[in-house]
Amino acid sequence: MSEEKNIPESTKYETFTQKEYMIMKDDLLRPIEKTGIGGKIWIAFLTAVFFAGVVAYYLQESRGKSVTTGLSDYTMWGVYISNFLFLVALSLSSVFMSAILKLTHFEWYRPLSRIADVISLSSISMAGICIMISMGRPDRLHYLFLHGRIQSPIVWDIIVVITYFVACVLMLFVALIPSLSTCKNHLHNLPKWQLKMYDILSFGWKGTAEQWKILKRTVFILTVLVIPLGIALRTVSAWLFSTTLRPEWDSTNFGAYFVSGSALLTVAVMIIAVYAFRKIYSLQSYLTNMHFDKMGQAMVLMGLIYAYFNINEYLVPAYKMSGLHANHLLNLFVGENALFYWLVVLFGIVVPSVLPMFKKLRKPFPLTLIAVAVLIAGWFKFYLIVIPGLSHPLLPVQDVPASWSHYTPSLIEMSIVSATIAGTMLLVTLFSKYFPIISVWEVAEGKLEGKEEIINYK
Amino acid sequence: MRVLTAENELVEIERSAAKSIIKTPAENFTYLQKQGRDGLAGRRFVMVVDLSKCRNARKCMNACQEAHHLRPEQHHINVLKMQETENTPAYYMPKPCQHCDNPPCTAVCPVDATFKRQDGIVLIDNERCIGCRFCIAACPYSARVFNWAEPLHSHEDENLTYNVELNVPQRKGTISKCLFSADRLREGKLPYCVSACPNGVYWFGDENEDAVTNGTTKETVRFKKLLEDNGAYTLMPELGTKPRVYYLPPVKRDFPFEDATEAHNTKE
Repeated sequence: MSEEKNIPESTKYETFTQKEYMIMKDDLLRPIEKTGIGGKIWIAFLTAVFFAGVVAYYLQESRGKSVTTGLSDYTMWGVYISNFLFLVALSLSSVFMSAILKLTHFEWYRPLSRIADVISLSSISMAGICIMISMGRPDRLHYLFLHGRIQSPIVWDIIVVITYFVACVLMLFVALIPSLSTCKNHLHNLPKWQLKMYDILSFGWKGTAEQWKILKRTVFILTVLVIPLGIALRTVSAWLFSTTLRPEWDSTNFGAYFVSGSALLTVAVMIIAVYAFRKIYSLQSYLTNMHFDKMGQAMVLMGLIYAYFNINEYLVPAYKMSGLHANHLLNLFVGENALFYWLVVLFGIVVPSVLPMFKKLRKPFPLTLIAVAVLIAGWFKFYLIVIPGLSHPLLPVQDVPASWSHYTPSLIEMSIVSATIAGTMLLVTLFSKYFPIISVWEVAEGKLEGKEEIINYK
Repeated sequence: MRVLTAENELVEIERSAAKSIIKTPAENFTYLQKQGRDGLAGRRFVMVVDLSKCRNARKCMNACQEAHHLRPEQHHINVLKMQETENTPAYYMPKPCQHCDNPPCTAVCPVDATFKRQDGIVLIDNERCIGCRFCIAACPYSARVFNWAEPLHSHEDENLTYNVELNVPQRKGTISKCLFSADRLREGKLPYCVSACPNGVYWFGDENEDAVTNGTTKETVRFKKLLEDNGAYTLMPELGTKPRVYYLPPVKRDFPFEDATEAHNTKE
């Protein structure tokens, strides 16, 4: 019933036997069968953080944003929006760490693709929630559909977020069909509803040659489609800023700059996720040192591209230092936010572009440490893009409470932001508890086709 | 008696046949929304602010906040202390919404809550606004305010029918902004701020009529001539927003500059 029927008779290398397949399958299904105490604590912790955020949101809406947030008429967008940008950046994992690698025949993508797809789906879901949390009148959300105007970049954003969400769902679950069939046939000691779910979601998969053909064709089409969609998503979220007349955002560079930042962050988040899954689910024979080596190299490349866009974005205006940019740039370079800014440059740009150049630092543990630093710096980078400039509008800030010229996120805002990040991790964790986190058939296919890259890696 | 119909026809009917129509609040609301969105046909409102007259009396700000039920820190019009460079003199500059002819705020609104009328006025419909605050991001003149808290008189205003031309009652979670006192213009009166000024700073009128009236002296002059004779300019013309508010430079002021602005309204 499962994939083994479809093993072609002639294989280029004799690296793959039925026995090996059974071992592989057992390895990958094990995390679904039992959850250790550590896993349960982890899930409980994430759930608690998430619900703390729900309570915080309730407080925010019932007491009003005037007392529960640090927002004002000048800093009218705060951490909700910068966190939205961060989550959208992560949601491009499918594009950069799966689709592009797949289409360009970097065969090492195979065990990573599903992890990337899950991260994409989870973070785009939470990103969507971030927009609603920021709204002044969430009760009027449906006005976007009743009265939506296509001229508004917000409407573009809503359209592209929803489309990308649907694409992520399809991308993930279509490629999952053969794995679900494997789950259905090989997992027994599970609750009835769970087996029923595998049955329903595997859509009567029998693994016939024709079904395989359709599946592979569909996955290929989705792979091609998800790339322009992801780029559109990222670019439109940059346009929310660059379509305004504010000097710090008024940049033709913005779309590409955001896409490049996203590429770097998806590499970082994948390194962390791969490290965690490999360690916790004992998947060392699938998520190998080679993957870290390759991802480390990818990080250098993406880091350098991102550095290039940062030079364009900051140093070119800084050279001219026009009156429009001076306030904002000097504040970042030598002013109040200088330490903050340079730390973000160091950990978010210099570290990923330089450190993984050394082979020793592309080993799993050091590379994961680097990735954590890059990811945290990435979160703060969006904070620096969205927030400090708002305190320096074109006309002077006068006649308002002193606190309005300076934004500090409140505890409630930070709780909600933590909840969206915990929510993303929770979705990824729960997925891995119900579905195989590595695509059995894609890995098997890779081994069968005996790609040089995988076989000959030392 | 003679009655003018909606089709602009004068007809004669028996007095006994006429009955007055009492509108329900919902009908009244629909009526106010329609007239508010349509605007005044054939008019193109403009404001001219004479900076050589402004002594920071702030009567405009008070009248405005009172009319639109605003909190002290919420400004539809704000008198800013300006100083371009170290060596150029400081002056006071009242800054309302510029009612741009190429408004960046209405372009970005996702739900058509803020819109430009045929008479040049940019309004905000707080029954439509979803509170995304993109218009604040888009406005280079910092002309927009947000109701972060429950509005000032929200309790007393509860039963008022919303008038988009006055933006009262204000609503929590929505935007508010200068409306050029569209409700007063409909009655043929000058805006609240213009009428309240004791120093003759404001001229207000209709570009189509080429006439503006001073709010203090009630003197009416040719709009184009006023601009021509006094070296008028608009704020940040390089942005291409095409403001409908014109400024006359702060020349020949016969009063000393008193540094007072920052003392106002800075309470938390």
